[in-house]
Amino acid sequence: MYQIIKQIIKTGIRTEATPLPDEAMRCTEQRLQQQILDVFGGALAIRFVDAGSCNGCEQEIHAVNNAYYNLEGQGIKFVASPRHADMLLVTGPVSRHMIVALRRTYDATPDPKLVVAIGDCAFDGGLFGESYASCGRVSNVIPVDVVVKGCPPTPTQIMQGILTALTGAHEVQA
Amino acid sequence: MPITHPGLQLTKLPGALPVWQATIAHDDLRPVCQNVADGGGRLLALWGSDQRATQFGFALHVVLLNEAGMVCLHLPLSAEQPVYPDISSIFPVANRMQRAAYDLLGIYASEARDHRKWLRHASWHSGSFPLRKDFADTPPFSLEALEAKSGKSAKAKRAKLGTKQMDAGVAVSAETAASQPELDDYPFVQVEGQGVHEIPVGPVHAGIIEPGHFRFSIVGEKVLRLEQRFGYTHKGIEKRFENMSLERGAKLAGRVSGDSTVAYAWGYAMAAESIADVTPPDYALWLRGLFLERERIANHLGDLGYLGNDVAFSFGFAQFWILKEQVLRNNAALFGHRYLMDKIIPGGVTVGLAESGKQTLLEECSLLEGEARRLRSIYEEHAAVQDRFIGAGCVAPALASRLGLCGLAGRASSQSWDMRAQFPCPPYDKLDVQMATHHNGDVAARVIVRFDELFESLRLQREIITNLVGGDLLLQFPAHLPPDGFGIGVVEGWRGEVMVAIHTDAKGNLARVHPHDPSWQNWPVLEHAIMGNVVPDFPLINKSFNLSYSGQDL
Repeated sequence: MYQIIKQIIKTGIRTEATPLPDEAMRCTEQRLQQQILDVFGGALAIRFVDAGSCNGCEQEIHAVNNAYYNLEGQGIKFVASPRHADMLLVTGPVSRHMIVALRRTYDATPDPKLVVAIGDCAFDGGLFGESYASCGRVSNVIPVDVVVKGCPPTPTQIMQGILTALTGAHEVQA
Repeated sequence: MPITHPGLQLTKLPGALPVWQATIAHDDLRPVCQNVADGGGRLLALWGSDQRATQFGFALHVVLLNEAGMVCLHLPLSAEQPVYPDISSIFPVANRMQRAAYDLLGIYASEARDHRKWLRHASWHSGSFPLRKDFADTPPFSLEALEAKSGKSAKAKRAKLGTKQMDAGVAVSAETAASQPELDDYPFVQVEGQGVHEIPVGPVHAGIIEPGHFRFSIVGEKVLRLEQRFGYTHKGIEKRFENMSLERGAKLAGRVSGDSTVAYAWGYAMAAESIADVTPPDYALWLRGLFLERERIANHLGDLGYLGNDVAFSFGFAQFWILKEQVLRNNAALFGHRYLMDKIIPGGVTVGLAESGKQTLLEECSLLEGEARRLRSIYEEHAAVQDRFIGAGCVAPALASRLGLCGLAGRASSQSWDMRAQFPCPPYDKLDVQMATHHNGDVAARVIVRFDELFESLRLQREIITNLVGGDLLLQFPAHLPPDGFGIGVVEGWRGEVMVAIHTDAKGNLARVHPHDPSWQNWPVLEHAIMGNVVPDFPLINKSFNLSYSGQDL
């Protein structure tokens, strides 16, 4: 136990400043009212869905939970069921084999909900494009609020995407 | 020469890898495979190609590996009846590869015991084969078309769904189901008996993981049987390679499995360089070695953190992921990408290492070494952690050998195969890689092997940096490869042997590229590792293997 406590004290706090939202990532107008966003903003629950990604974006989503980015410190956490979620975080070109699972997960997430698509493939199909096996971009299959580009996007960009989805439209105009 | 067989003419492929190729007759396939298996050899990969444009009909390609090297066997198959003798009775690991080869190309393993589909779900029909050159591409996906189609056949589907088990673990009303496309109808093996029940898990998993389906048959908490169902991330990678430029293909190869991007990019480059018969500059080869070891270090650190997390020791996650983040940040600062994507291309590498960068990496080595040693002693002295690790998910060496367990997981079950040590290509020929092995085959053994490999990789990184003298990064590589060429590249990625095979057509374009992930070998072994364990230990055991879905779904 002594060694563990010593290591924790020696490590100190590594968490860095939270990035600001980036309106350039938004692809539809904010659909939710400010009151709802305020409630979400206090404690957002995210359900992650890999809809056919190469596992590159997943690496960075894992990293968002490390001590440097500490997403959970913002009251935002990943949950195990869409029933508990306010937001879906979706990666990958949507493979045709994942259409059913992705749409079911979307349907199972209670309204009001947000969808953030992560990565170049989620944005436009990326290198995999559209084919007999791939539906391409996520918005071909479910509605998307915010897209974070990058191959893979950095943890900072992923956090920005999540925070952008939580920002009210009127805040941006102000 | 790795094998001898009457009438078998082996020719060596150019390059540093000990690989030979031969065209083989139908009746010789099984005896040659048996011969290799009896000598302790393994099946590395199996795939098919459509050769109707150039020569005979189709072809089956099998890569076998033994202590003397690798042999790629090409078996011509007729266009009308593309049938080959089953080899899954010799190498059980061939089962899923043979089924995938049928799903994608329509070549059939006669007398195989399992002919269920593998990569195909319901998005293309059983009679059409995507990797055939005359495959008519399906129209782009449209939600409207899907809804219109399901509107018409909603009634029929509703009836069908009534008897079907829900895959996603989410109950779905008949109304929503009616707006869904055809479901995968896969015949799982049922376990019967008093008190036996099933737990379906996935394809959408509880954590941040790739999609796949696990069907557990259990009694109480104890797992009697696990059956996996994959193919959910099948996004047509192999079809996508066809007619891609060599340059763009390198990018795609680096995205077969994002966590092994360096290994795939190197494998692809190695295959292309073998076909063109060129050797990249020394400096580039040393840098490739550096990149591969950095990929191993980052992944091992991440896994060691998650293995702590999975036994409710979140301290381990916090600590190891701080270390991993430092490796990734150094990658970004020195090489321009956190995971080193697109840094290896045919002909060399795209980025060098400045003198100041060497200093950064040497400091990183010292830091990681000190911290990881401290954390290792904390893991080893923590009774609760060791209680969960020891004995969980055990794969005995005899079973590992029979099923062809490879890579890191294989080495934790006494399967001493490591490409870097056995067939060292430059720069490994000057590095004397020490293979880490263990004989217990449980989660604890896989943790120990990860720690040992981490320290070995740090040693290699040091060694590479001190030996690194500047030079050319890249040689002039032809835009087109020689016509009708064939080459393979095999690289020991952090998970195991990653292989990429390239076939070129009459114009030297990519006709067929087959990337092979070690997960093909290791997933079926996980079904055995979990037997007799309790359900709550599955996440831990699964993580201790940490296999790729995308790499095997393609």
